[in-house]
Amino acid sequence: MTADQVALWYLVASVCFILALKGLSHPSTARRGNILGIAGMAIAVVVTLALVYSHTRNVGMILGGIAVGGIIGAIIARRVQMTQMPELVAAFHSLVGLAAVLIAISAIHDPAAFGLHVPIPSGNRLELFIGTFIGAITFSGSVIAFGKLSGKIRSAPVVFTGQHMLNLALAIAMIGFGIWFFLSPDESKWTPYIVMTAIAFLLGVLIIIPIGGADMPVVISMLNSYSGWAAAGIGFSLNNPMLIIAGSLVGSSGAILSYIMCKAMNRSFFSVILGGFGAEAGTVAAGGEQKSVRSGSADDAAFVLGNAESVIIVPGYGLAVARAQHAVKEMAEKLRARGVNVRYAIHPVAGRMPGHMNVLLAEAEVPYDQVFEMEDINSEFGSTDVALILGANDVVNPLAEQKGSPIYGMPILEAHKARTVIVNKRSMAAGYAGLDNPLFYMDKTMMVFGDAKKVVDDIVKAIE
Amino acid sequence: MVDPIVFYLIIFVLAIFVGYHVVWSVTPALHTPLMSVTNAISGIILVGAMLAAGPAAFDWGGWVGVLAVALASVNVFGGFLVTQRMLEMFKRKEPGAKAAGKQ
Repeated sequence: MTADQVALWYLVASVCFILALKGLSHPSTARRGNILGIAGMAIAVVVTLALVYSHTRNVGMILGGIAVGGIIGAIIARRVQMTQMPELVAAFHSLVGLAAVLIAISAIHDPAAFGLHVPIPSGNRLELFIGTFIGAITFSGSVIAFGKLSGKIRSAPVVFTGQHMLNLALAIAMIGFGIWFFLSPDESKWTPYIVMTAIAFLLGVLIIIPIGGADMPVVISMLNSYSGWAAAGIGFSLNNPMLIIAGSLVGSSGAILSYIMCKAMNRSFFSVILGGFGAEAGTVAAGGEQKSVRSGSADDAAFVLGNAESVIIVPGYGLAVARAQHAVKEMAEKLRARGVNVRYAIHPVAGRMPGHMNVLLAEAEVPYDQVFEMEDINSEFGSTDVALILGANDVVNPLAEQKGSPIYGMPILEAHKARTVIVNKRSMAAGYAGLDNPLFYMDKTMMVFGDAKKVVDDIVKAIE
Repeated sequence: MVDPIVFYLIIFVLAIFVGYHVVWSVTPALHTPLMSVTNAISGIILVGAMLAAGPAAFDWGGWVGVLAVALASVNVFGGFLVTQRMLEMFKRKEPGAKAAGKQ
């Protein structure tokens, strides 16, 4: 197989990847898109296999590696629960980062295997340095993110004095050793490379530890972006356009998702990275003065819901934690059977990663034409009888419309405009923003305290 | 003759633009599958790992490559399969929606 043929096949694979992303513009075309993505990957792998075979005939170990990794990946994909998607994605990011570092090490050790000149030209060295440090930061950052998301390490931000100065100093040192690697003669290349890589691993940990649980949707999108840039960086080092194209697609995708998440939380990207937000998530008490709330039982809620003409359900992370999505679906079906118009309203940051709540509802077989994005349904609350809020707080906080409040400007679901509001929460604790929510004290609001699954189950029973 | 690095830079910048425009067209409801499929696509690093795992003289560098191949393969297989699993859930809805409409 000639280099030109390989490059043309890579072009075909790249088009497949672009179409795979394009397919996700609608659920009806998404599966076809995914199949095209698989086809693109298959083309790229087979062509590369043919290339290696035509050069060295040493493909046995490659096939072995693919078989082992493929079986592990397939088992994980089959077993993972939809609530665990955020930590799965974080774990996968870390693998890309580590693979990038390993490939760079292998390329420095034996440039000829990659068709590079010996010694490695300075341009490729610079790219190896960049690919390695992005890969290393992606790896260790994703490991920390995985730990926080899966609850294996505390998700509270770890903040200490001088943190930003330390990070800055380490970043400068890393670049310094990178330049040393770039300039050093071939025989003494390993020392600066190893030190540089070690600093990058450390930096990945330090960047993620100060970021709190509430900001995880941003972090996971950001690491998604990094994993793409790591692949692109390795593509530059190995003069491989396939890696550059696919890496850039992933990199820009992750960057856009980070931007969307920041906007939905009304936070600047910079303030997320500096961290410390969401420190005492859910533990801040709801303020000193005793304002009265009207609380009711699940039976009361069922009565109100059963007599409504239209209901909008606002699911939040509390619903996912309680694994109540199936019960909610059952309740919605019961209400629909009685002629109630039931719809779902999804805030962009509902859940632990972009689009997470949509997947959880889809898993419970909620038809996607009943599920609406914030901008499509916000105008509907005013003409809705009941807004049922399940385990959400900040995303329905009307303070966001009040100048001077800490969350002023954050886009919210306008549940307070509904004729009646029913809120299910475990307790009166504040949300991640640590703010009280005036919605809970409105005359038309009824609070139903308790675990989301139990409350919804009780409502289902009461409707019968 | 233009230096190849310039060509790669052109490819890089244009690919970012394509990615930017395509990703904005993705419906927010499918952002989680978007993330898992981009995860699988970033497993393209497998191509680089394969070159590392198939050198003419197989030494420790080759073993490092094999490990990279295995890691990237977890990503490729796991990423695409879990995306497919999620998208199947979004598909099942259509007949269900019709049934609900009839009630």
